[in-house]
Amino acid sequence: MQARNKLEENFIKYLLLLCAVTAVFIITLLVVFIFRQGLPVFGEHGFLNILLGKAWNPTASIYGILPMTVGTFYVTFLALLIGVPCGLATAIFLAELAGEQVARVIRPAIELLAAIPSVIYGLFGMVVINELIRYMERNWFLNYLPENYRWGYSVLSGAIVLAIMILPTIINISEDALRAVPRAYKEGALALGSTHFQTIFKVILPAAKSGIISAVVLAMGRALGETMALIMVIGNVTMLPQHGLWSIFAPVSTLTGVIALEMGYAGPEHRAALFAVGVVLFCIIAFLNSVALLLIRRGVDN
Amino acid sequence: MLLTKPKGKEKLINLFLWASAFFTVFILILIISYVLVKGVVHVDLQFLTDKPRRMGAEGGIFPVIIGTLYFVTLTIIIATPIGVGAAIYLNEYTRENRLTKIIRFGTELLAGIPSIIFGLFGYLFFVVFLGDITGGWSLVSGALTATCMILPTIIRTSEEALKTVPRSYREGSLSLGATRWQTIYKVILPSAFPGILTGIILGIGRAIGETAALLLTLGGSLLTPTSIFHGARTLSMHLYMVAMETGNMEKSFATGVVLIILILSLNIIANFILKQLIARHS
Repeated sequence: MQARNKLEENFIKYLLLLCAVTAVFIITLLVVFIFRQGLPVFGEHGFLNILLGKAWNPTASIYGILPMTVGTFYVTFLALLIGVPCGLATAIFLAELAGEQVARVIRPAIELLAAIPSVIYGLFGMVVINELIRYMERNWFLNYLPENYRWGYSVLSGAIVLAIMILPTIINISEDALRAVPRAYKEGALALGSTHFQTIFKVILPAAKSGIISAVVLAMGRALGETMALIMVIGNVTMLPQHGLWSIFAPVSTLTGVIALEMGYAGPEHRAALFAVGVVLFCIIAFLNSVALLLIRRGVDN
Repeated sequence: MLLTKPKGKEKLINLFLWASAFFTVFILILIISYVLVKGVVHVDLQFLTDKPRRMGAEGGIFPVIIGTLYFVTLTIIIATPIGVGAAIYLNEYTRENRLTKIIRFGTELLAGIPSIIFGLFGYLFFVVFLGDITGGWSLVSGALTATCMILPTIIRTSEEALKTVPRSYREGSLSLGATRWQTIYKVILPSAFPGILTGIILGIGRAIGETAALLLTLGGSLLTPTSIFHGARTLSMHLYMVAMETGNMEKSFATGVVLIILILSLNIIANFILKQLIARHS
């Protein structure tokens, strides 16, 4: 009886261990499979030709991903520019200003904002935000914009939609960072006669810096990886945005979007090139997430 | 609450903080109500029970609802045992060591990967490499891909739920002569169940909202699936495909209404369970 129990216990233990290593197993398989498909493409077409090539033309076997890389980062940075101030302000509000009652309304709203599927954001962006942008393009800036920048599908609409989508990430992680600042800092500053706002901006925010930066980095990772909402609003044109600042009205495409849109009909060579795009995307995201993890860990050590 | 009265420039900052917080709530209400208002007039019994025609530009979404149910059920059946098992191992069977560090790192990495990358992986591994078993583009391939995506969520929430079980429960059970597994199965799991359930519901929500990965693995068939080895499409996929491929926004918004109601109810249920849990602990 004792022996049978022992055997059973051990069997279960190893079964559970197997469950636990599944995540590691999946990530290993994922890297092996995607890199095995994508890496040879860099050899065939030249590493720099792909990374810095300005034309993406699968029918002519030209696979330059620069327009998509630029599109991805352009939309992402503009989204951060809009989303970070608003998200950080909300986080400060929740951590320092909001009473129980108000927080009880705002917190579930943020949770829900994170739970809404990206196609819903896409649909909203496509019908409402694009309509607004199109109105602006055609009524206010018509003389400054080239013909193909007048359809509403633009960097700006993508950035607005993304900014809303990354709000929960920024708010939640920044709020945690702000709340982790020791009470004594705040009490000390207030006792010395600082106003509450001086305390927030001169003492609490600097102390929570690494947490806030990791919030921004994680939000950036989310923004770079977003696919569906962007496909629906940015026009998916694989050309470099031009005309200086007016390029916020340029239709662009992203690394994620091109994969989602073209996998369905791509031939073998084209498909392999899309896996190369996947490799680039994976490397960017893996780098960003490692930075964020490192920052969070450093924050914990302090 | 603000501890000192704002003066001069501080009044502006105060205003900006309030405005940002309320903008967050406002934009949520705006998006949800816009989709509901635009779509709800096109949702009726016929829409819910009819077959789609002309790629979904006409008719209803019955096969899509069935496809979503199949897909979510299958995903949860696969993901729950693995995720909860992993959490039990991490929380009950080991101390922090090199192996758990690797496992935690892998899980965190997995949580940060964009869904389109999972789509590429799912296509290569489940659709092509294991195509003879999974039937190529199918519910199985889609569910396995989604499992990879929601696994970190389920592991994390289950682990948190296990951590709330008091140490004395374990000690009591073990001192009465129960084996470790008996303790887990009979004492710890029932006590952690509501927390684990919340994690599963969050996982369901994520699976329902997922689109990009499924475009490459689920097949997108408009026929009612009769086997898990057939292709299907989910509500999110259908919304996207109808909006982009047919341009019929009415049907798109109507699908959006069903999707939003589903997500809202899941969130309400998860919050309800959490509240019960907090009430029980205090």
